[in-house]
Amino acid sequence: MPAFINPTILAHLVLIFVVMNLLVLSSAFMVWMERKVCAYIQDRVGPNRVGYEGALQPFADVLKLLFKEELRPKAADAFLFAIAPILSTVAALTAFSVVPFGTETTLFGLLSEPLRLEVTDVNVAVLVIFAITSMGVYGIVLAGWSSNSKYSLLGGLRSSAQMISYELSYGLSLAAVVMLAGSLSLREIVMNQSGYWFHVIPKWYIFLQPIGFFIYLTAGVAETNRAPFDFPEAEQELVAGYHTEYSSMSFGLFFLAEYVNMVTVSAVATSLFLGGWLGPLLPDWLGWVWFMIKVLAILFFYVWMRWTLPRYRYDQLMEFGWKWLLPAAVLNLIATAALVIWLG
Amino acid sequence: MDLNTIGFFVFGAIAVLASLGVIGQRNPMHSVMLLIVSFGALAGLYILLDAPFSAVTQIIIYAGAIMVLFLFVVMLLNAHTEADALPQVIGPRGMQIGAVLSVLLAGEVVWGLSRLGLTWFGNDPATIANISSVSRIGIAIFTTHAFAFEVTSILILVSMVGAVVIARREH
Repeated sequence: MPAFINPTILAHLVLIFVVMNLLVLSSAFMVWMERKVCAYIQDRVGPNRVGYEGALQPFADVLKLLFKEELRPKAADAFLFAIAPILSTVAALTAFSVVPFGTETTLFGLLSEPLRLEVTDVNVAVLVIFAITSMGVYGIVLAGWSSNSKYSLLGGLRSSAQMISYELSYGLSLAAVVMLAGSLSLREIVMNQSGYWFHVIPKWYIFLQPIGFFIYLTAGVAETNRAPFDFPEAEQELVAGYHTEYSSMSFGLFFLAEYVNMVTVSAVATSLFLGGWLGPLLPDWLGWVWFMIKVLAILFFYVWMRWTLPRYRYDQLMEFGWKWLLPAAVLNLIATAALVIWLG
Repeated sequence: MDLNTIGFFVFGAIAVLASLGVIGQRNPMHSVMLLIVSFGALAGLYILLDAPFSAVTQIIIYAGAIMVLFLFVVMLLNAHTEADALPQVIGPRGMQIGAVLSVLLAGEVVWGLSRLGLTWFGNDPATIANISSVSRIGIAIFTTHAFAFEVTSILILVSMVGAVVIARREH
C-alpha cells in the first residue's frame, strides 16, 4: 500500500462519499416528505403506490426524468445553458461540507486518529457557507438568461434580486451569533452551546438570539426560493421561472439543488442556534441522531409553511426584506454587540 | 514538487487563462463568467498562502457580490455580443484613450510593487495562522488602518448616493 493511502485519508474519502450521497438521498426523502405533508394538509393521501407509503416515489421520479428527452431552446446559449444546473447543484452540495454533524469518532477503534464528523473543519466555516450560498445565485441567473425566454429571464432576475436582498439580513443574523461565540468555526460555535442554564434550559443560541433565529429562518426561506417567497417560479405569472426551458435531468438537478439547499440551511440553523449535535439522553457518539432530529424539525417547518402560507406579492417581498428584515437584523446586531461588550 | 507548488501552478494557470479569456472573446456574458473563474482561482492561491479569510472574502465580495451586479448589467442590456454593450460614443478615440490608460495602470502597478518591501513571515505555522487570523485582521483594520477604512467607506457611500441621484433624474 503506498504511503499516502493511510487510514485517516481513506476514512475522510469515505466520509466525503457518504455525506454527499446522504445529501442526495435526503433530498429524495424531502421530496417524499413534502408530497406527503402537503397531501395531509390538503386532506389527501399523497403518493402511496411505489414502495411503502410511496417512499420510493422520488426514485421513480428520477428514473422517469432520466429517460426524458433533453431539450434545449434553439436560441439558447448552449454552454451556459448546460453548466447552469451543474453550478446550482455543486454550490448546494459544497456548502454542506463545512457543517459538523457530530463529535469525533474512531469508528470503535478502527482508526488511530479520531475522525471528526464533518467533511472539513475550516476556521472560517461560517464565511465559507456564506460565500458558497452567494455562488448559488449564478446557477439561477445563468439558467434564466441562457434559456433566452421571457419567463426564464424574468424568473432569473427576480430570484437573483431576491437572493441578493435577503443575503444581507442572512449574513447579519449569522454575524450576531459569531459575536456571541467569538469564533467563525461552526464546530466551536456548537461547542460553545454546551451546558444548561438552571439545569434545564440548554444553552442554545436560539434563547439568546430569538430575533436572529427568526431573521435567519426567514432569509433562509427566501434564499432557497421557497413559498411564501417562491417568486422565481411563481406559476401563475412565470410558468416555472428560471427553469421553464429545462427538461430531463437538468431540471432534476435544479430540483435537487433546491432540496439540498434546504437541508443545508436547516443544518446551519441547527448548528448556529439549536446546539448542533448536542442534546440530552443520548451518549456523545450518537450526537448525530440529535442533529438529524433537529434538522428534520426545521425541514418539517419549511414544508408546513409552504403549504400553509400564500405567496407574497413581489413588491411586498422587497419591502419586507429591505424595510423590515434588514433594519431588524442591523438593530439585533448592534444590540448583541453592545451586550457582548457590556457583559464582557 | 510538493502539493503547494502544483497547486500554485494550477491556480495560477487558471487565473491567467481565464483573465485572457475575459478580454479575448466577444460574448460579454462569457467574459463575466470567466472573470468569476479567475477570482475563484485567486481565492485558491490565497488558500495556498494560508490565508483562508482573504480567500473567502475574495469569493463573497468579488465573485459573489460585485460580479452579480456585472451580470445584472449585462443581462439588462441584453447584450449578446460586445458590440451591443458598447455605447456608440466609444470609437477609435476611445480605444486610444484605453490604451494610454492601461499603460499608465501597468506603470503604476510596477511602481507600487517596487516600492513595497517584501516581508517574510517565516515558516512557523503558528505565526502564519496568527497573522492571517480574522481577529488580527479586524484589529489591524479598526486601529492602525481605521482612517483609511473610514475614508474608503465614505467613498463607497458617495458613489452610491451618486448612482441613486443619476438614476432618479430620469423621472
